[in-house]
Amino acid sequence: MAGFTFKGGVHPYEGKELSKDKPIKRFIPEGDLVFPLSQHIGAPAKPVVSKGDTVLAGQLIAEAEGFVSANIYSSVSGTVKSIDKHRVATGDMVNSITITSDGNFTAAPRLDIGDIADMSRQEVIDGIRLAGIVGMGGAGFPTHVKLSPKDPDKIYYCIVNCSECEPYLTSDYRRMMEEPEKLVAGLKIILCLFEHAEGILAVEDNKPDCIRKLKELVIDEKRITVKPLKTKYPQGAERQLIYATTKRAINSSMLPADAGCVVNNVDTVVSIYHAIIEKRPLTERIVTVTGDAVVEPQNYLVPIGTSYKQLIEASGGFKSTPEKIISGGPMMGFAMFDLDVPIIKTSSAITCFLKDDVAGCKPTNCINCGRCAEVCPGRVIPARLADYAEAGDEERFLEYNGMECCECGCCSYICPAKRQLTQSIKTMRKLLLAKKKKK
Amino acid sequence: MSDLLNVSSGPHVRSKYTTAKIMAIVLLALMPAAGYGIYHFGVNAAILIVVSIVTCVLTELVYELVTKQDITVFDLSAAVTGLLLGLNMPPTADWWLPVIGGIFAIVFVKMLFGGLGQNFMNPALGGRCFLVICFAARMTNFNYDGVTSATPLMLLKTGNAVNVRDMIFGNIPGTIGETSVIAIVAGACLMLCFGIIDLRIPASYLISFVIFMGLFSGRGWDIPYLTAQLAGGGLMLGAFFMATDYATCPITNNGRILYGICLGLMTGVFRCFSSTAEGVSFAILFCNLLVPLIEKLTLPKCFGKGGEI
Repeated sequence: MAGFTFKGGVHPYEGKELSKDKPIKRFIPEGDLVFPLSQHIGAPAKPVVSKGDTVLAGQLIAEAEGFVSANIYSSVSGTVKSIDKHRVATGDMVNSITITSDGNFTAAPRLDIGDIADMSRQEVIDGIRLAGIVGMGGAGFPTHVKLSPKDPDKIYYCIVNCSECEPYLTSDYRRMMEEPEKLVAGLKIILCLFEHAEGILAVEDNKPDCIRKLKELVIDEKRITVKPLKTKYPQGAERQLIYATTKRAINSSMLPADAGCVVNNVDTVVSIYHAIIEKRPLTERIVTVTGDAVVEPQNYLVPIGTSYKQLIEASGGFKSTPEKIISGGPMMGFAMFDLDVPIIKTSSAITCFLKDDVAGCKPTNCINCGRCAEVCPGRVIPARLADYAEAGDEERFLEYNGMECCECGCCSYICPAKRQLTQSIKTMRKLLLAKKKKK
Repeated sequence: MSDLLNVSSGPHVRSKYTTAKIMAIVLLALMPAAGYGIYHFGVNAAILIVVSIVTCVLTELVYELVTKQDITVFDLSAAVTGLLLGLNMPPTADWWLPVIGGIFAIVFVKMLFGGLGQNFMNPALGGRCFLVICFAARMTNFNYDGVTSATPLMLLKTGNAVNVRDMIFGNIPGTIGETSVIAIVAGACLMLCFGIIDLRIPASYLISFVIFMGLFSGRGWDIPYLTAQLAGGGLMLGAFFMATDYATCPITNNGRILYGICLGLMTGVFRCFSSTAEGVSFAILFCNLLVPLIEKLTLPKCFGKGGEI
């Protein structure tokens, strides 16, 4: 299968066999669930409940504050225990609503969304906005914003990112294997918004069963094609994905819409289906619990707000004390020091390792081998950028296209000298972005 | 439990590649050339190679102990420098020559600039050129089969005929590791297979060199002459093992091609117009100095601004 691809990239150990054949299991949380008010890019949501209130499953508990923000719904029925700061997977303390579940999951009335057949473009987008849908691949960008480009007639491709290039993750894979019709139906809703667009389901060729299944499903859909991609990390990075499927390239100062593209992740598209067809808000997602430290790796359908701890316990706990626990996958995930953090809209996995691969790697002198530049999907020179970042040389960092780095981690992965390339570059980028914001 | 968890910024996995593994493959790739040199020139060649490696490794170790730095000899880069220096010795040289060369290479060319990767000149070649300048007679005395004889390149320079077949097999006088084209190319193939080097530098070097010689040597496009020029002297060893030294070549892909072209031109200039027959070592050292400039000229375009193709 000649897969579509981009230049650069690496092939880390995939580790997907641990959980790929485990069907999605519904997880029933107990006790307290935590709903951070900031589960998305943009302004934090504003609570609309207060301490002591009784809430139903699927009831709005915090509403979007402005356009770039998202509604948050309770995933359980119960009582609001508190509204205060709680730790999230990235380590930050974020204002959160804590709800004690009553265990009944009494459902709130469905969302007030009309029938898709009589809805206007704007009504569909409003429906998606109402359901609180954000990019569930990790970035958490509010989906209704993504679907409202300046000129909808100039969107030619609606790409669904089914690549799941991050090692160990199998949540999207399971979704595609078990509910592919929802994915296709979700994509058709997106296509309703963009008259001139064609739909692309972009799947890495390490999932041939998925590709087969989706191809069968879209055989009569004139506007949808399945494109097999070469299996390579980071095939699912937005810019690389757009290039692989359409041969259009955008840089860091452009949006996918500038290349006539809209890109959404699998779970996001399925959530759009849930919202528009089933009138259900975003209250659950699929989470892979995996890694060599977990007794029984699993894929769970998890109510948002569930603590990571409960998921690990449900998977049989740890074989022995893990050295590292990552929210997400090993390439772009966040290492955690506390398991008492909630699953949020963007949590795709929890990966637990008995041994920390990185702890034994001592950074040594750069030997200038050029492997980092060879694998860099952004086509910059990480070795030089890291030098400038470490020296605090902002001017040269910019001159060497430092802002074009997508922080995918390929350079740090490949470096034979085990330099902390991505890490140094990330730090400098954050600094420069903060500076830019100030201006 | 939270105290026991490691926390670091991603990515949380690393490839199996290490500097030591890369250097080990380079050492392995130099074995055919070293083996042939010992077989061809005898015991003294083996002694020189061993002395050279031991000197370089010990020098680095002592330097790091004295200056209280981390010990880096296990990355094997000093051993590679030592082996390359040994292969650049005339087979009949005295044992103390590689000792002086090795100390100079490690201390003055490598460690004083910050150690591995920080040097701007190839240490082995720096050491060799230091010896050539200080001990010119000893370093250019090629005693072969009991008699002092001229290398094929010297013969070519004076307009004599040479046996190209012998040059390719290595049945000629020269430094220990440079004589057999077959042994060198076999090692180079190993490095290419393992992805240690790519063809950018060697190919652009050899091609531009042939074109230069064809245009300016005065012998025109004389195939046997050009083949002899390619097979003679340190060109093959230099093109595959010295010019491709990571630390002293550009990091950009286009830069590597440009660097190879500069090398081809400089080697041509030295071989055609200088008083000596050989020119590879000095060409590489000279072009090492151009590397920062070449890199600046060949800064790649990034993704989304033309670099994606």
